[in-house]
Amino acid sequence: MKKFLFNLALIAFTLAGLTASPAQNAATTNAPAATTEVKPADPTDSQRITDIEQYFQNMGVGAAGDTKWASKIANVPGPGHNGWMMTSAALVLFMTLPGLFLFYGGLVRRKNILSVIAQCYGIAGLVTILWVVFGYSSVFSGSGAADTEDVIKGVVGSYSANGMLKGVDSAPNTNYAYWVSQNVFSMYQLMFAIITPALILGAIAERMKFAAILLFVALWMVVVYFPLAHMVWGINGAMNGVWNAKASIHAIDFAGGTVVHMSSGWSALILCLILGKRLGFGRENMAPHSMVLCAIGTGMLWVGWYGFNAGSAVAADGVAANAFMTTTIATAVASFVWPLIEWMVRGKPSVLGFCSGAVAGLVVVTPACGFINASGALVIGVAAGIIPWFFCYKIKSWFGYDDALDTFGVHAIGGTLGALLTGFLATPSVNSNLNTNLKDIVGKTLWLEQIKAIGVTLVLAVVGTVVIAYVVKLVLGGLRPVDEVERAGLDLAEHGEEGYHQA
Amino acid sequence: MKKIEAIIKPFKLEEVKDALGEIGIEGMTVSEVKGFGRQKGHTEIYRGSEYTVDFLPKIKIEIVITDAQAEAAVATIVKAARTGKIGDGKVFVSTVEQAVRIRTEEKGESAV
Repeated sequence: MKKFLFNLALIAFTLAGLTASPAQNAATTNAPAATTEVKPADPTDSQRITDIEQYFQNMGVGAAGDTKWASKIANVPGPGHNGWMMTSAALVLFMTLPGLFLFYGGLVRRKNILSVIAQCYGIAGLVTILWVVFGYSSVFSGSGAADTEDVIKGVVGSYSANGMLKGVDSAPNTNYAYWVSQNVFSMYQLMFAIITPALILGAIAERMKFAAILLFVALWMVVVYFPLAHMVWGINGAMNGVWNAKASIHAIDFAGGTVVHMSSGWSALILCLILGKRLGFGRENMAPHSMVLCAIGTGMLWVGWYGFNAGSAVAADGVAANAFMTTTIATAVASFVWPLIEWMVRGKPSVLGFCSGAVAGLVVVTPACGFINASGALVIGVAAGIIPWFFCYKIKSWFGYDDALDTFGVHAIGGTLGALLTGFLATPSVNSNLNTNLKDIVGKTLWLEQIKAIGVTLVLAVVGTVVIAYVVKLVLGGLRPVDEVERAGLDLAEHGEEGYHQA
Repeated sequence: MKKIEAIIKPFKLEEVKDALGEIGIEGMTVSEVKGFGRQKGHTEIYRGSEYTVDFLPKIKIEIVITDAQAEAAVATIVKAARTGKIGDGKVFVSTVEQAVRIRTEEKGESAV
């Protein structure tokens, strides 16, 4: 019965995407033009040179002042920008497969290593299907002008406009990039959509059924991620402060402090509270089975994160270059500060401290990286080494919740901290796009807008998770495996495999 | 025939093996075990979670030898395995009822 309902939900989503497309086509067929079109004149040499200069500066073509022309390189992706974005997309996927599953996998007990890997692969496939069928469309469809296409204006984009990636081809979508193919952009953003729910796995590790995780993720994407990403990054998103002049909340988030880290982190906390603690928590030895794997995964996350942060410029330009630098500084500093505190407080700097510090630095700098300078990155690095540390070491033991791999301590707290610090540290000197719509508030009241965005994100993540968790619990008859399965380890019972065999 | 079981510190294995070889005892069975006596374990801390690990890795050596060799074997093992610190280990001697060499089906003392 449970399997039937689960499959039914998947099929329903797929059918929704498929049946929406023909309706859309019927509505937009145009009658052929009655008059013969005049072929536009070729641009002059001077105009063509201007177009090339625009490519270098990541700006649009075909116009200078009031003069317009039919550019020969309109609707064509630019090699440098496109190449960088394809690389970035691969780097972000690398963060999940295998970066995250090694990072998390090393931290769980031997008997559950494969469950972490299976969950990451499962999420990758599931989210890709949702993305193609209606996810990309819901997040990124619509234009600045015709925002009535949204299902909920500024909050939930149209599921059908680009459903099944209709209209998403190699030509750039100039709402988001002048020189990057829209299909590349879509795939790049897909990698973000994949890793975000995968982060939640950290809080519920070793004690949630595989089917429950997949169903939870499917619903969570629709209820939390797609709307949140639309609000913050969609061209007519209600919280897209940089690009939407009519945004309700003029907040900024370069690579996903709210969309990725806050959403997954706070959802993770709620889910781990609903699930309850692991059997034997506090009494039995639940030490990481391999700090080696964890450290390898951390390195992969760091390297991959360059695609996550610098790639969020959606261009190979000066903004990306700045984000590359700030990401490096914040991460390295945080990675140093965290074990330094350990050294002072309990006598030894640990490898887990280096790893946690690095990830914390990456998380906190995520919303800020394209908007801050080197000094700002240094401040963020220090803050990221201290505040998430405090939550992982002190707050967690005071309250006693079983956030197994510290998703809340690092991603929720780090993401919230980063979103807030971005409001104080953002400067147009490294990113002139801040002057487009935010000139009056940057350096003044931007932090207030950030707080509003933090609030919306928190409420959406928490309420969404509570509702979805109980729905999944109802449909599947429970979120946790039976005690015997949890004791023996998830790998054998859920996947029929052992990660390591004794010689 | 006597069976000698010795629990020793892992890094002492080579020394004990060589010392036994010098008194004519060439064969043995070795296993990796864990245990503790008076030697304390250690504490590991992973982020905020502390774990006390009581068990320490040890090596168990088992040899079956003639009654005549037993006393010398025990003395050799004790001398080679000693460091003088807590956790050096213990040697146990028990009687073996029968021994058979699988290849030739020899029985008794000619099998050890």
